[in-house]
Amino acid sequence: MFKKISLAAFTLAFSATSSLAATNITWWHGMAGRNGEVINEISQKFNEAQSACALTPVSKGTYEEALASGIAAFRSGEQPNILQVFDAGAATIINAKGAVVPAEDLIIKAGHNFDRNAFIDGVRYFYADSEGKFVGMPFNSSAPIMYVNDEALKKAGVEAPKTWEEFEAAAPKLKAAGYIPLVQSQLTWQFTENFFSRNNIQFATNNNGYDSVVDTTLKVTDPNLVMMFDKLKAWKDEGYFAFYGAGWNDNQKVFEEGKAAFWIGSSGSFGGLQKTAQMPFSATFLPYWNAIEGAGTNSFIGGAALFAMSGKTDEENKCVADFFQFLTSPEIQYFYHKATGYVAITKAAYELAQKDGYYKEKPVAEVGIKQLMLPAGDWSKGYRLGFYPQIREIMEREYGRIFSGEATVKDAFDTIEKEGNDLLARFAKTAG
Amino acid sequence: MTTGTESLPAPRGGTGADGRRFGALRLFGGKAKGGEDAAKRVQFSSPYLPYLFLAPQLAIIFVFFYWPSIQAIQSSFYLEDPFGFGSTFVGMANYTDVMKSGEYLGIAKFTAIFTTLVTFFALSIGLLLAVKADGVIRGNATYKTLLIWVYAIAPPVAGLIGMMFFDQHIGPIVELARWFGWDIKVGLNYSDTAFAMIVVSVWKQIPYNFIFFLSGLQGIPVAVREAAAMDCRSGFRRFWTVILPLLAPTAFFLLIINVTYALFDTFGVIDVLVKDKAANNPITLVYKVYMDGFRGNDLGGSSAQSVILMLIVFVLTIFQFRFIERRVHYN
Repeated sequence: MFKKISLAAFTLAFSATSSLAATNITWWHGMAGRNGEVINEISQKFNEAQSACALTPVSKGTYEEALASGIAAFRSGEQPNILQVFDAGAATIINAKGAVVPAEDLIIKAGHNFDRNAFIDGVRYFYADSEGKFVGMPFNSSAPIMYVNDEALKKAGVEAPKTWEEFEAAAPKLKAAGYIPLVQSQLTWQFTENFFSRNNIQFATNNNGYDSVVDTTLKVTDPNLVMMFDKLKAWKDEGYFAFYGAGWNDNQKVFEEGKAAFWIGSSGSFGGLQKTAQMPFSATFLPYWNAIEGAGTNSFIGGAALFAMSGKTDEENKCVADFFQFLTSPEIQYFYHKATGYVAITKAAYELAQKDGYYKEKPVAEVGIKQLMLPAGDWSKGYRLGFYPQIREIMEREYGRIFSGEATVKDAFDTIEKEGNDLLARFAKTAG
Repeated sequence: MTTGTESLPAPRGGTGADGRRFGALRLFGGKAKGGEDAAKRVQFSSPYLPYLFLAPQLAIIFVFFYWPSIQAIQSSFYLEDPFGFGSTFVGMANYTDVMKSGEYLGIAKFTAIFTTLVTFFALSIGLLLAVKADGVIRGNATYKTLLIWVYAIAPPVAGLIGMMFFDQHIGPIVELARWFGWDIKVGLNYSDTAFAMIVVSVWKQIPYNFIFFLSGLQGIPVAVREAAAMDCRSGFRRFWTVILPLLAPTAFFLLIINVTYALFDTFGVIDVLVKDKAANNPITLVYKVYMDGFRGNDLGGSSAQSVILMLIVFVLTIFQFRFIERRVHYN
C-alpha cells in the first residue's frame, strides 16, 4: 500500500514537471545498478524526443519481484502500462489470455509499420506466439557464450574449441599447464535450454510448448543431454571442470582470477569482466557436439521482454507503441548495446554498430549477436513452458545433487522429467 | 507472509507487559475511585468504551492478519493462473499434492531438525553466557554490551556477514576448517550449507536470549541465593535445583520465541546464504512458500503450504497455553 502511494506521489511529481497535456505511462522493470540507470536514461531520451507521452520507469527489484508486483497490481486493476518479464516467466504472462496486448497488434494499431524480419533470428521467436506474432517486445537480450583466458591458451598451446570434442582434447593440456579447463555460471540456461538450441534437439512436446499447454511434457531424458551431463561429471572427476554451486558469481570468480581457461557466461557479462578480469580474455561461441547430427544451430536469447498490459486507454496504448517503436530504432538499440553489453536486437542496429567500428574496438561484444544470427534449426527458437521458474529450481537442485554425488545423472534427469511434467500438468489446469 | 510471530499472543506474565498496559488504560478513562480497589479493577463509564479503545488495534489485526489468512485459506482450495483469469475449485488437491511430494516432506524434516538445533544452541549458549556475565563484577557493562550488540543486526545483514565468513573462495571459517581437513562448500554441499545456516541463525539469536536470561537471573532475590549457598556448596547443583526452576518462566517464554524465530525469521539468513538459488541446499518451509508463491507464481500450492504453517503455529500456541504453562511457576 505504501509502495503504491509513494509510486503515485512519484508519478504525480514527475508528471508535473513535464508538459501537462502529455499522456503518462509507467514502466515496471526488474533491473538494478548500472542497467537500471540505463533504463532511466532511455526513458529520458524518449521523453525529450517527443511531447505527447511521458514515460516513468519504476524499478521493482529483481526479475521475479517485478513479475510478482505486476501480477499483484493487475489483480487489483493497478497494472503499469509496460511490464518487463524475464525469459523463464514468459509462459506465465503469455498464457494468461487477456493480461497483455500483443506488441505487434499494438504497434500496427498505432499506425506504425512492423517488420518481423527486421529482428535478428535468435530474438524473433522467443516471445512470439506459435504463428510468429510478437507478443512481448524483446528488450534486454543476451546469449550464452564462452569466454577464453588467452594466457592459459598460450601457455598450454591450445586453440579455443568450437566443439565439445575439441574441448575434450584440449582439457588435459590445460590441466597440465595448471588451469581449471572449464567453469560455467548457469547450468539451466547454458547447458540445458541452450544445449537443446545449439545441438538442435527437441526440448518439450507440443513444439517446445509453443502450440499448447495441454499435455506438454519435457524431453530432458534425451540421451544426448544425459550424455552431456555424464561428460560434465566425468570431467569434474578428472579435474577438467569445476563446479561451485548454483550461484553465478562463485563460478565466475575463478575465471576472473585467471585460474580457469574457459568460462561459459553471458554475452552481457563482458562489460563487468573488463573491469574484474586479471588477464587478457576473448570470447567465442558456446560449443556444441560435432557427433550430434545437425548441431551447431543458433542459440536463443536470455534476458527479458517488455509486455504491454491490457486494460489501458487507447491514448496510453498509443504511447506504449510509440515507445516500442523508439526503443527498436537503430540509434537507441546501439546506445543500449554499448551501455549495457546486451545484444542489439535488430539487424539495422547491428549494422550501425559495425559501421561505427564498435566491434573492431570490442570484438567480444559481437560474439553474442553472431551466435544468435547463426542458421536456425527446428528446435533453436525457444521454449514456452509453464511454471518454468519452478522447473528451473528443480533442475538446479538435481544438478547440484549430481555434482555433490547425491544422485546419478540418470536418476537426476528422471526426477526432473517427472516433477517437471507434474508442474506442466498443473500449469495446464490453471491456464485452461 | 500470512504467518509469523505476530500470530502468537503475547505470553502471560514474565515480561510484565500486561501490567503496564493496565496502567495505561486507567490513565485514559473510567472513574478511578482511588485506593486499592481501583488498582485492581478497571472501570469504564460505558460498557462500549473498552471496545472503542480496542477498535484501532482490532482493525489493524483484521486487515493485516485475519483478512490475508482468510484469503490464503480460500485460495488454497483453488488452482488459478496468477493473473486471476481462470480459477478452478480443486478441493483438497493442493494439500494432497504437497503432502505426497517427497521433496516437501524432506523440507519439513529439515525444518524440524533446523528448528530444534537452532533453538537448543541459541538457548543453551545464551543461558551459559548470561550465567557467566551475571558473575562478572568488574567491567560487566562492557562485557554485556559486547554480547548484546549483535542483536541490532538485521537477519539479511547477519546472513551477508555469515556468507562472507563461509565464502568458498575467501571465507576465513572455510580456511580455518581446511586446516582440520574439512573442505566446507556452502552452496554446493547440503550438510555444509545446513551447518552454516545453523551457525549464523544461532549467532544472531544468542544476544536476544542473553538479555532475557540475564534480566531473569538478576530478578532472583539475593536472599534466595544466599540461603541456597548456605545449604549447598556445589554451585552447579545450586544452579540446577534453585536458579533454573526460578528461571523457568523466562526460559519457557524464550523457547516459544526461539521456535518461531527458527521457523519464520531465519528467512533472511537462508535467502542470503543460498544466494537466491536454493538448488540442492537445505531450505525451510517458509522459504518454500516464498519460492512457489512469489517466484513460481503458484498461488494455490503456496497458499496450501502457508495454511499448513498457520496450523503449525496454531498447535504451538495451544501447546504453549494448555500444556506447558500449567507446569511452569511464575513468581
